[in-house]
Amino acid sequence: MKYTLKKLSSMIVTLVVVSLCVFLAFNVLPGDPAVRMLGLEASPELVEQTRERMGLNDPLLVRYFRWFFAFLHGDFGTSYTYSVPVAGMVASKIPITFTLGIYAFILTVLVSIPLGILTAKYENGLLDRTITVINQVIMAIPPFFSGILITFVFGMIFRLFTPGGFVSYTDNLKGFFRYLFFPSLAIALPKISMTVKMLRGNLIDEAAKDYARTAYSRGNNTNGVLYRHVLKNAMIPVITFLGMALADMVAGSIVVEQVFSIPGISRILLTSISNRDYPVVEAIIMGIAMIVIGINFLVDIIYRIIDPRIGIDE
Amino acid sequence: MAKMAKNNIKKFIKDPYLLFGTVIMGMVLLMIIVGCFWMPYEPTKMNAAEKLQGISLKHIMGTDNMGRDVFSRVMYGSRVTLMIAIGTIIIGAGLGTIIGAITGYYGGIIDEVVMRIIDALFAFPSILLALVIVSVFGVGWVQLVVSLGIAFVPSFARIVRGEVLRCKNMDYIENARLIGVSDLRMIFVHILPNIKGVLASSILIGFNNAVLAEAGLSYLGVGSQPPYASLGRMLSDAQQYMFTRPSYVLCPGLVIVLMVLGFAFLGEGIKRWK
Amino acid sequence: MMRRRTIGKAGCSLLMVVLTTLTVALSGCSSDKAGDSANSSNGTEAATDTVASTAESSTTETADDLSKLIVGIPQDIDGLDPHNSTGAGTREVFYNIFEGLVKADENGNLNPAVASEYTISEDSKVYTFTLRDGIKFHDGSLVTVEDIKYSLERNMGVDGSEPLIRAYAQIDSVNIVDDSHVEVVLKDADSDFLTQLTVAIIPAANEHPETTPIGTGPYKYVSNSPQENFIVTRFDDYWGEKAYIKDVVFKIESNMDAIVMDLEGGSIDMMARVTSTQVNQLSDKFQVYEGTMNLVQALYLNNAVKPFDDVRVRQALCYAVDPQQIMDFVSDGAGTEVGSAMFPAFTKYYMPELNDTYNTDTEKAKELLKEAGYPDGFEFTITVPSNYGQHVDTAQVIAEELKEIGVTANIQEIEWNSWVSDVYSGRQYEATVVGIDASTLSASALLSRYVSDAGKNFVNFNSEAYDTAYKNAQSTTDDAEKTKFYKECETILSEEAASVYIQDLPEFVVLNKKFTGYVFYPLYVQNIAKIKPAE
Repeated sequence: MKYTLKKLSSMIVTLVVVSLCVFLAFNVLPGDPAVRMLGLEASPELVEQTRERMGLNDPLLVRYFRWFFAFLHGDFGTSYTYSVPVAGMVASKIPITFTLGIYAFILTVLVSIPLGILTAKYENGLLDRTITVINQVIMAIPPFFSGILITFVFGMIFRLFTPGGFVSYTDNLKGFFRYLFFPSLAIALPKISMTVKMLRGNLIDEAAKDYARTAYSRGNNTNGVLYRHVLKNAMIPVITFLGMALADMVAGSIVVEQVFSIPGISRILLTSISNRDYPVVEAIIMGIAMIVIGINFLVDIIYRIIDPRIGIDE
Repeated sequence: MAKMAKNNIKKFIKDPYLLFGTVIMGMVLLMIIVGCFWMPYEPTKMNAAEKLQGISLKHIMGTDNMGRDVFSRVMYGSRVTLMIAIGTIIIGAGLGTIIGAITGYYGGIIDEVVMRIIDALFAFPSILLALVIVSVFGVGWVQLVVSLGIAFVPSFARIVRGEVLRCKNMDYIENARLIGVSDLRMIFVHILPNIKGVLASSILIGFNNAVLAEAGLSYLGVGSQPPYASLGRMLSDAQQYMFTRPSYVLCPGLVIVLMVLGFAFLGEGIKRWK
Repeated sequence: MMRRRTIGKAGCSLLMVVLTTLTVALSGCSSDKAGDSANSSNGTEAATDTVASTAESSTTETADDLSKLIVGIPQDIDGLDPHNSTGAGTREVFYNIFEGLVKADENGNLNPAVASEYTISEDSKVYTFTLRDGIKFHDGSLVTVEDIKYSLERNMGVDGSEPLIRAYAQIDSVNIVDDSHVEVVLKDADSDFLTQLTVAIIPAANEHPETTPIGTGPYKYVSNSPQENFIVTRFDDYWGEKAYIKDVVFKIESNMDAIVMDLEGGSIDMMARVTSTQVNQLSDKFQVYEGTMNLVQALYLNNAVKPFDDVRVRQALCYAVDPQQIMDFVSDGAGTEVGSAMFPAFTKYYMPELNDTYNTDTEKAKELLKEAGYPDGFEFTITVPSNYGQHVDTAQVIAEELKEIGVTANIQEIEWNSWVSDVYSGRQYEATVVGIDASTLSASALLSRYVSDAGKNFVNFNSEAYDTAYKNAQSTTDDAEKTKFYKECETILSEEAASVYIQDLPEFVVLNKKFTGYVFYPLYVQNIAKIKPAE
C-alpha cells in the first residue's frame, strides 16, 4: 500500500513536470500563433490586438498557472485554429486512435504469444529459424516504409482495403474496423517481432534453469513444465514490455496515421504543432503523457503482484 | 594460441549471426568508405535527359526525379545516416550514462528530481520528443543529431541507473568503499566497467533505433537538408514515385534495412559469443 | 500452489482462445479477399462500386453516385467564420459558400453578387450598391441592407478595434441609403477599391458565425470534422445558376504522397494542384486540366544584405539562373516564365518582353561578379519553407546552376511558421524561394510590397523611381494612365533585379471522368458549382 502511494505521488509529480516542459517548449518555438491565425497580410496593429485578446502578452508564469488551473478544472481551452472547445474536438478523435492502438495491441498479443511459445518449444527447428529471420527483417524496416508497403500490397494489388478511404466510426462501424485493420497491422508488426523474440529468449532461459530441469526429471511432461512454471516466469518481463508497447502504440500511431490518412489524435497533434495551436497541443500531449505514465504505473503494480520480490532492494 | 585463434574463427564462421552481421556491415561500410574517395557520379549532378531511369549498367540503382544517380546518392546518404546515428548515440549514451550513473550512485534528492524529469521525458514517444525539440532548435544536420540525442537520453539513463543500483550493493564495491575510494573513481573505475556488457547491447539497439527514428523524422519533414540527403530523407522523397519507378524507392529502403539488420545481427552475435 | 495451477490453466486456455481467434481472423481475411477479387473480375465498373459501397455509409441509397463529389484539399479549413479565416485553402472552399457584394468570375472580372448593380462616383470616393432583389441566406432569411452594413463594419473594426482587412482602414463610413441601397464612403479616392468588396456578406442576426457559417453562395454548410472533412450541400434557393452536384465533401488530404493512391482507389474524385509526376502516374480514368497557379515564384533576395545590396550581383544571379531549366526539372517543362513581379493572368499588366531582360549567360554573369568585386564567387544560404516541395526542388536546381559561376548556394529548409517569423516578418535571411500570389484582383496586390517603406517589403527593395511610379499609379483614376505606371514599376523591378524572377508555377487539376466542367480562376478559388456529371 505504501509502495502504491509512493508510486502514485511520484506519478503526479512527473505529470506536473511534463506540463511545465510542454508549456515551456512551446513558448520558445519560433512563430506567433496570432500571425498564424491572421495571415501574412494582417497589419501589425491587428496582430498586437489579437495577441492581447488571446492573452499572449502576459508573462509566461501567469499564462502557465492560468492554463494549469483551468486544466485541473477540466477546461482545456479553445482551439486557436478551429475556435471550438479543445475537449470536444479531441474527444471526437479519441475513439479513432484508441481503436487503432488497442487493435494493434490485441493483434500483437494474439500473434506473438503463441508464436513465442511455438518457437521456444521447437527451438532451432525450421519454424523457429524462419520466424527468427523474418523477425529480424521486420524490425529493420522503418515504420512508415512498412506502412507504404502494406498500402501497396494489400490496398493496390489485392484490393483488400481502399487506400485513403477511411470511414468514420459514426458513419459505418464495420467499415471503420475494416479500414483500421491494416494500419494497426503496420503498428503491430514490429511489436510482434520484438515480443516473439523476447518471449522465446525468456522461455529458453527459464527452461534451462534448475527448477525446470528438476520438474522435468521428476517426470512431469514437457507441456506441464513449460506452461506452469516457465511460462509464468518468462511472462513477467514480457508484461512490462507489452505495457510499454501499449503506451507506445497510442502515441506511436503518429507516423501510421500520416501514411494511412487517418484523422486521429496524432494528425490533429501534428497539424496543431505546425499551426502553433497551443491549447490543442498541450491538451493532447498531456493526455498522451497521462496514458503512458498511467500504464507504467499499472505495470509496476501488476509486476509487484506477480513477483513480490521486486522492491526489496529499492 | 594459434589453436585458440583457429577455434575462434571456426566458432565465428559457425555462428550465422556474426557471419552475416559482419558480411552485411562490411558491405555497407565498404560502400561508405569508398564513397568518401570515389563515387560514380557527383551526387548532386542533375541531368534533365535522364530523369527517373530504371536500373542499368550506367546507373546501377537508376536515377531520381532530377536525373541524379541514385547509387551515388545512396553512397553519400549512407554516410550521412551513419554520422547522424553515431552522433545521436554519442550524445544519448554519453549524457544518459552520466545521468544514470550519478542518480543511481548518489540516490536521494538528486535522484528524485532528475528521475522525475527523465520520467517526464520518457512519457513522450521518442519521435514526438525529437519532433518537438527539432521545432525548437530549427531544422538542420546538427540540430537533428542533438534532438535525437536528447530524445535517446532517458532510455539510456534508466538502463544505466538500474544497473548501477544493482552493482552498488555488491561486495567488492562495499569493500572499495571501506578502503575509501573516491566517488568519481568508484563510478568510473569500479562500477561502469561492470555494466559495459549491458551498455554495449543497448548501444547497438540504440543505433538501430536512431537510424529508424531519423527515417521517421525525415518522413514527417524535419530530416536532413537537401541536396545532400540521408537515406531516410531519400526514402521519403522517393515515396511518390512508388508506382512509376519502384527501384528509386526500394534501393535506399533496402540499404536502410541492411544497415539496421547488420547491426542487429552483430549485436545478437556478440551476445551469443559469451 | 493453488494460484499457480489457475495461472497455468489460464495460460492453456488463453492459448486456445488465441489460436481459435487467429484462425477465425485469418479466414475472415481470406473470405474478404475472395469477395473482392470476385468483384474486380467484373471489370473496373464493379471495382468502383465496391469502393463506393465501402466508403458510403450503411444507407441503401444505391444508384446515383453522381450526386456526390469528393474533393481532396491539401489543408484543413482554419475556422468557419469567413471574416476571421485567412488561409488560402480556406478561401478557395469558402468561395462556394459565401459571396460578397461583388464576386470574381473566371476571366478576372468582378460581377455583382449580393448587390445586383453598383455605381462609383466621379471622384472614386463613394461606391453605391443596390441589394439584389429577393436574395436569401442559407437559413432562408432575406438579405437586408443591415446585413451588408454589419458585414462590412465587422471587417472595419468599428468599436475601436483594428480593421480585419488592412485596406478597410480606408473606409470612412458605410451608410444605409434606403431599404435596397448601401453606400461605401472612402477617406481617399481609390478606383481599385471594388476589388476589396468581395468580402463575405453574413447575417447580422447570427450570433455564432464561428460555429454556424451562413452565407448566400451556391452551397450551404452541413458539417465539418477537423482533419477529416468539410461537407456542403446544394443551396436550392440560390439566386444565380444553381449548382449541378448535390453533395460535396471536401476531404483533407494531408499526405500529398498518397494522392495518386487515393484517386485511383476512389476515395477522392478531384484534386487541385497535383504535381506533374503525380499526373504521369494516373490512369485514364481521370481528366487532367492544366492551368497556372497565379503566383510569382522567384529567388527572392534580401536587397539589404551583402552581397545582394549590389545591383550587379543580383543581375549576375539573374543571368546565371535559367527558368526554363528549372521548369524542365521541377514540372517536366510546364510553367510560364515571368520576368517581373506580375503573373500572366493579369493580362492587362503582364509584360512578356521582360522575360528577356536577362537571358542565361554565364560569361556575362561572371563578368558582373568580377566588377562587383567577387571574381571567385561567394557563398550564401537559400532558406526554403519545407512544406512546399516545388520550391525546395527549385532551390536545388538553382544551387546547381549557380555552381557554374562559382557561387555556392546552401539550402536550408525551414518550417513554414519559422519562415513567416524569420524571413517574412523578421527579414533575417539572405535568399528564399517562394511563390507570391495576389489577394485581390488588382495589380497593386503584387506591386505594393516593393515600395521602400511598405510593411510587407520583405526583400528590402529600395528605389525612389519605383516609389514615385507606384504613387502615380495609385493616385490616378484614369485606367490607361494607371496601367502605364504599373508597367513602369514592373520594368524597374526587372532592370534593378529586385529578385531573380522565375515562373508562374503550372497547376494541374485532376477530375474523375465521371464529372466534367472544371474551370480555372485567376484567384485562389475552386468553383464547384460549375462541375457537373459527364455525358
